[in-house]
Amino acid sequence: MAAALYRSIAKHTEEFEREVLYVIHLYQNNGYNIALDVNSGCVHVLDKIAYDIIGFLENENPQHTPETLSDTKTVGRLLEAFEELYAESDIRDVLEAVIELTKAGQLFTKDIYEDFIDVVKQRKTVVKALCLHIAHDCNLACKYCFAEEGEYHGRRALMSYEVGKKALDFLIANSGSRRNLEVDFFGGEPLMNWQVVKDLVAYGREQEKLHDKHFRFTLTTNGVLLNAEVQEFVNREMDNVVLSLDGRKEVNDRMRPFRNGKGSYDLIVPKFQKLAESRNQQKYYIRGTFTRDNLDFSKDVMHFVDLGFEQISIEPVVGDDTDPYAIRESDLPDIFREYDILAKTMVERERAGKGFTFFHFMIDLEGGPCVSKRLSGCGSGTEYLAVTPWGDLYPCHQFVGQEEFLMGNVDEGITRPEIADEFRSCSVYSKEKCRSCFARFYCSGGCMANSYKFHQTIHDTYDVSCEMERKRVECAIMIKAALAEQEEN
Amino acid sequence: MKHIKTLNTQTLNQTMKKGGCGECQTSCQSACKTSCTVGNQTCEQKK
Repeated sequence: MAAALYRSIAKHTEEFEREVLYVIHLYQNNGYNIALDVNSGCVHVLDKIAYDIIGFLENENPQHTPETLSDTKTVGRLLEAFEELYAESDIRDVLEAVIELTKAGQLFTKDIYEDFIDVVKQRKTVVKALCLHIAHDCNLACKYCFAEEGEYHGRRALMSYEVGKKALDFLIANSGSRRNLEVDFFGGEPLMNWQVVKDLVAYGREQEKLHDKHFRFTLTTNGVLLNAEVQEFVNREMDNVVLSLDGRKEVNDRMRPFRNGKGSYDLIVPKFQKLAESRNQQKYYIRGTFTRDNLDFSKDVMHFVDLGFEQISIEPVVGDDTDPYAIRESDLPDIFREYDILAKTMVERERAGKGFTFFHFMIDLEGGPCVSKRLSGCGSGTEYLAVTPWGDLYPCHQFVGQEEFLMGNVDEGITRPEIADEFRSCSVYSKEKCRSCFARFYCSGGCMANSYKFHQTIHDTYDVSCEMERKRVECAIMIKAALAEQEEN
Repeated sequence: MKHIKTLNTQTLNQTMKKGGCGECQTSCQSACKTSCTVGNQTCEQKK
């Protein structure tokens, strides 16, 4: 009877969660029972009794307080529901622990941030990062390229030194007291305009001394033109390097051919291996894209590991529904399985002292971003802007070429501040779907470019991406649980 | 605790006290470029 009552409550969990603001996310992964207290960010690893009891309590009242939990009726309901399954002393022990955690603000924590959102969103923002489209041209013809082989719905072009200088000047002038300024040399393929990259780095180094700033440069490259000279410069000047490669040779060469159709893997891999080693396997990412043609992408991650790479990122492609390679909702079970395989493999490798980093499983439970950062989101359109080869400003690299998002240029600055205002107003509280999502403080509302692509508004979410993000957060936390257990033992 | 092991005691609301210093990276800078990954960043103050 009692067990049936519990099952009946559990059956309604899904509908219930959509009605109230998510408070506790309970899930099982790789043999671990995990509770994420959404609003405090606290993670609890539970035995089965605690898992069942917290689930019951959250279902009956997501707004439990130490007082309601201590009510004799609460223990009465718990005993009635679980007396056939668990010893009374264990049930009482768990309830006691739950009360203590709730008192400590680590369970059943309320979402107090919504009142704070206006303060965060109305604060004066500064520009702290630019994505410089140093070359709208590319020597590869990747089939999924959102930049349309580097051309971004426009013409082929290379950024001049003059435009680049003005962009850096604009960044310095609009960065307020912010000291660390990020500049990403992006494309197309930035090595197709390499001299300008080098000249702009030199100019930036000169200017940072004059203005008490520090530039952190990043280069995103496909590696075709990578050589010893580039490597030496990159290692001296670039804080981060993003190396584009998709994984196994057949996977990479299918999507990342040269313009003549020939695969790029054989040329690029040895160069990337050399570069990664020369940077002591730090401050770089080997970064791939997976599509529905390689839903078994954990094999591509492990291929990177076998090639000796230690900093790895493989991202889902974002394509139109009509693109044959685009991820569809029906692919999600396969993708979830792959993330699970990858997470388990990472735990095993870490335990064996052969760990590696997977960008999307990185999570810092103790030292992660502050609430202010989590509420302000990705920063596109306000703190982060993209600059085209001819100096136009867009909210981010993904909006380049969409004229309705043209915000200004490096000569006049921001001429359409209303666009920045709209981006600034976007948060997990302005998006209905985020309000009922346990991962809202990990993705901070997701990618606005993807939202616009699928819903023609930046105030929505790209649902398939949300599903994947939730899965990745679950896996990332499971890895922490598994490694904490290892430390304990 | 016998039944519950808590992995982190630093809570999000504790980070509200100071407000944001704004020195952290914007989210798309490091590797993703096609998604938004805020939660995996490290606070500049804690580096």
